[in-house]
Amino acid sequence: MRVMVLGKATEGNDGAPPTKEAFAAMDRFIEELVKAGVLVAGAGLKAGAEAKRITIDGDKRTIIDGPFAETRELVAGFQIWEVKDMDEALAWLKRYPAMPGKNEIELRPFMEAADLADYVTPEELATPREGERGKLGVA
Amino acid sequence: MSRDEAQRAIEASFRIERARLIAGLARMVQSIDRAEELAQEALLIALSEWPKTGVPDKPGAWLMTTAKRRAIDAIRHERMRERKHGELAQTLDEASDEVAAAIEAALDDEVGDELLGLIFVACHPMLTAEARAALTLRVIGGLTPDEIARAFLSNEAAIAKRIVRAKQAIAAAGLSFEVPRGGERAARLPSVLEVIYLIFNEGYAATSGEDPIRPGLCLEGQRLGRMLAALMPEEPEVFGLLALMEIQASRLAARLGPDGALLPLTAQDRTRWDQLLIRRGLEALARAEALDGGGPYVLQAALAACHARARSAADTDWGRIAALYDRLRIVAPSPVVDLNRAIAHSMAFGPEAGLRLLDEIAGDPALGSYAPLPAARGDFLFRAGRLSEARQQFEAASRLTRNTGEAAFLRARAAACG
Repeated sequence: MRVMVLGKATEGNDGAPPTKEAFAAMDRFIEELVKAGVLVAGAGLKAGAEAKRITIDGDKRTIIDGPFAETRELVAGFQIWEVKDMDEALAWLKRYPAMPGKNEIELRPFMEAADLADYVTPEELATPREGERGKLGVA
Repeated sequence: MSRDEAQRAIEASFRIERARLIAGLARMVQSIDRAEELAQEALLIALSEWPKTGVPDKPGAWLMTTAKRRAIDAIRHERMRERKHGELAQTLDEASDEVAAAIEAALDDEVGDELLGLIFVACHPMLTAEARAALTLRVIGGLTPDEIARAFLSNEAAIAKRIVRAKQAIAAAGLSFEVPRGGERAARLPSVLEVIYLIFNEGYAATSGEDPIRPGLCLEGQRLGRMLAALMPEEPEVFGLLALMEIQASRLAARLGPDGALLPLTAQDRTRWDQLLIRRGLEALARAEALDGGGPYVLQAALAACHARARSAADTDWGRIAALYDRLRIVAPSPVVDLNRAIAHSMAFGPEAGLRLLDEIAGDPALGSYAPLPAARGDFLFRAGRLSEARQQFEAASRLTRNTGEAAFLRARAAACG
């Protein structure tokens, strides 16, 4: 199964670059993940100052420029892991290196075909479609 | 956290370490069996200690130290029994304390080498490919014999026996757990790659209604390939195999039609190909090519990449595919490669070019009752407008195939020839 690992910005720090030590610790952790064949993708994200948000409320769309007042929910980086089960993902998550300040990391399993049964039938999924599509990004 | 949850968490943490643990221990005690026992003992100790002390900062190092201490204790006991004199035992005791200290000092060292050594032993060419696959899934992948049996549509007793025999053969041959170097590495690498690809293909061949552990073998193969690529960053064929698996796996969700039959690449919904895996595959291929790779896996990956890059079947670069098959038949000659080469040439340069190449291999006894051969000839003849000859070929092909869906498809093509 695939899981998304979302590293949140620490409180009061809107996703600014980590310290050298924190960067090195993350580098070692990533090396471990790669050697175990677990990491399939990942990236760090630039600070909230360079971010944009859009709120959609019915027909009304509002664009908000960063930085944002509330930093706790700001995603500072992500990784995609391929693991056997959530237990394994959790065991890896416990080894996630500490970044300065109070950290929060979120672990989210990808939706799989079975989770989409209410939206797309297995027959529809198996039927080739013409042209481009961006309907559902099933893992 | 409940007791049960705590136990599961410890076991999950152990699973991450298990292969490296066994690898390090096997090199020390020169036995996979004994290494597995020691790892298991370390797990039992962790299950009783960690709920009290909490999970240590470096669980892997903790487990390794614990297991190695057990190994040293066992060796001490053994020698105590052999030599009854107290003084000798005393000397030995001090000596093994030094060993223990040296081991602990070395714990933070690079262990990747030990893992690679174990992979090479489990995939030694003296073992059959099936035995190598079972042993690799057991000691590196951490699958149980029951899981391996289900994955290979076998029974647990047969798999357990296969693993035992493989371990006995390894012990009897006195194989070293060191990573082979130079010429020996080059000679033994193909049998490692073969096993990983066999595991992957077994999963790829599974159909959707089966035990989910079977398609799971694709992931096992990919995981092993990714590990190997991290452990052997200078081997182009390792990256070739990894690229081939990643690109093939990208099509897993799109390869079956509504009736459950396999769809050819040209009929698949390419928007359902997994772009993350394609990107990973293309990156691994680029790495292999940067290392001057031109072996069978690199070429097969390059072929798979031609399809992965084409946004539609019509965009396929058949000229490049034909050129890659020209090279593949030299490094990995086989009648099937020759047939695919003829198909590629027919797509790139017209049906006559394909027919000329088919004439060259028509007499090959290996293809004597191989349905795809007359099916390909029928297709080339059809495209060349030689309809009655094409019909004969499609009819012949439909009689040779054992797959009913394929037979129906071929009869329909024969009927379309008028």
